Amino acid sequence: MTADPQQPETLPSGPPPVLALSGAAVEYRRHGQRIRALDGVDLTVARGEIVGLVGESGCGKSTLARAAAGLVPLAAGTAAFEGQPVSVLGRGRRPDRLRGLQMVFQDPYESLNPRRKVGDLIADGVLLAGGSRSSARARSTELLERVGLPVTAAEGFPHEFSGGQRQRIAIARTLAAGPSCLIADEPISALDASAQAQVANLLTALVREENIGLLLVSHDLSVVRQVADRVAVMYLGRIVESGDTATVWSNPVHPYTEALVAAIPRADGSGTLPADLPGDVPDPASPPSGCRFHPRCPVARDDCAVTAQQLVAITEREGGGREVACHVRAPLGVPA
Amino acid sequence: MNALLEVENLTVALPTPNGYRNAVDSLSLSVAPGEVVGIAGESGSGKTMTALSLFGLLPHGARVTGRACLDGTDLLALRGRALRDMRGRHVAMVSQDPSAALHPILTIGTQLTEHMRHHLGVSKAEALTRAAGLLETVRIPDPERALRSYPGQFSGGMRQRIAIAIALAAEPRLLVADEPTTALDVTVQAGILRLLHRLCAERDMAVIVITHDLGVMSALAKRVYVMYAGRLAEAGPTGTLLTRPRHPYTRGLLDALPHPEAAHPGAGPAPLVPIGGTPPSLGAVPGGCPFHPRCAHAVPACATDRPDAVPTPGEAFSPGPDGVAMADTDPGRHLLACPPDPLREVVAS
Repeated sequence: MTADPQQPETLPSGPPPVLALSGAAVEYRRHGQRIRALDGVDLTVARGEIVGLVGESGCGKSTLARAAAGLVPLAAGTAAFEGQPVSVLGRGRRPDRLRGLQMVFQDPYESLNPRRKVGDLIADGVLLAGGSRSSARARSTELLERVGLPVTAAEGFPHEFSGGQRQRIAIARTLAAGPSCLIADEPISALDASAQAQVANLLTALVREENIGLLLVSHDLSVVRQVADRVAVMYLGRIVESGDTATVWSNPVHPYTEALVAAIPRADGSGTLPADLPGDVPDPASPPSGCRFHPRCPVARDDCAVTAQQLVAITEREGGGREVACHVRAPLGVPA
Repeated sequence: MNALLEVENLTVALPTPNGYRNAVDSLSLSVAPGEVVGIAGESGSGKTMTALSLFGLLPHGARVTGRACLDGTDLLALRGRALRDMRGRHVAMVSQDPSAALHPILTIGTQLTEHMRHHLGVSKAEALTRAAGLLETVRIPDPERALRSYPGQFSGGMRQRIAIAIALAAEPRLLVADEPTTALDVTVQAGILRLLHRLCAERDMAVIVITHDLGVMSALAKRVYVMYAGRLAEAGPTGTLLTRPRHPYTRGLLDALPHPEAAHPGAGPAPLVPIGGTPPSLGAVPGGCPFHPRCAHAVPACATDRPDAVPTPGEAFSPGPDGVAMADTDPGRHLLACPPDPLREVVAS
């Protein structure tokens, strides 16, 4: 079902990543047709680091998150957590070594059992992580305080809490496992503006203080801009640009990144309409030839429809792991 | 006053286990023909209830008082046939979830022409021609084919554009868009914002856009009403409200937003400043100013006196957005429901 990597990949110098995807591909079947939702993606997350993953719906960012967590099998490539392969979730119990890899979901209304008290929900996590029944209670109180909820919350049921509070409860439950890496798929998209800020600040604080790695998947670019150290931009199953968040934002090289940034409406009261990017993400069942963005690209040339794009490091210009897949803006071997 | 829609003292009371509670409390607002007006606030602030009351779509048991006059007709007093003739024809609505607005097993063509034929009395052939034109307006590729397709065959962004086309089919004079782009990608959102902007200009259609996203507000609305716990907290021209907010709640909403433009390379972005606490639930709106338990500037009087939105003091001497001094009755005036006005000094400096 899955291609288990026999050895962990060779890692670059510096702190080893807690989560590493290498050449990761995921295929779905639809009407007997194979669809590559994720097509050869490399991505690493280190401890204490927030990596943002952005792109339009249908670009494969949630698939990437699910593959990294072992929720869907890889068709090619490897996913490694702390140097060991991430095995796919099956009917059996998940290996203990994967307990440090936890996921936070978008909808805190659906990810919490409505019939169990909040304290019990969190205590479950503590018990699974090897805690004793007596310590579980105390630990769940501690965790509630850690995520900024009153200890009395332990006696309540999930429906008694607002969306932002529920997401905190869900985060407290993942913390019960003592994670070293969190994968959060749109963790704040379902929340109100002020609750969004609260949960985003909580996640940032956890990453910094507990030295946890965070892969933050979101279609809300402003939030990723705000909290992520590095950002990867996906289009139709591939990463088209990645690098330090501030640099990518202030100086996007790929035309797709440029369009995404220009499409964010700014609350400056100037009445400026955000720039439009016409067209929709193509069907991954029949991706465009060559560069997958070329049918929507404002700077496309004739050869873009023929030559597939590769990520090219443009460190000479930007410094610090900047990569772009666009041979108009960043030609192979000739950094722009 | 040449307003298209004039809402006066709208109050919507909903049944709760402890009796009726006001989800909307003495709200007044006006919309001029062709104007885009925004209503902002968190969930539970009464934005959506305000919109639903205009369509007679409030939940069962709701009690509504006040007036909402569209060209002299009180929408709140309409019943039965008169209400049906108004809905869809003169006022139309686009909701947050396009999938809920579209019937899954009827073709787009059927859904687009049904009320056009009912309201405008055009023939089926004529309606289909108009429908194709509408789909072209909202930039759906291959409109003829789209008319024969079903909602499930389109992406979320395209479905929302189709829902807008349906709302526009009978050429309403007022479109109420409740979180029209919240579920969509920024690129699709940008397209829909531009579409709404263009349609207002081309058709002289007025729009009430309801959103908690002040970025969307800034792009689209000329004037903004900020609601909190069913009451008006602050209202005024968008530019004034977003750059020089006077109500601590408006300030809080702005500080809770990420500001991509404020960050500079090297220095990290400023941390998000959430508004402490949570919005009150319907049964537990605090006395006095409903925002006072969450307000950093609250004074003792805030806990006892319920403030109404009144023209901001001193503003009569300053020119309006067009450089013309505004009259007391001008709808473009800056209204504020915060008597201590703690942000006033900040504004002056």
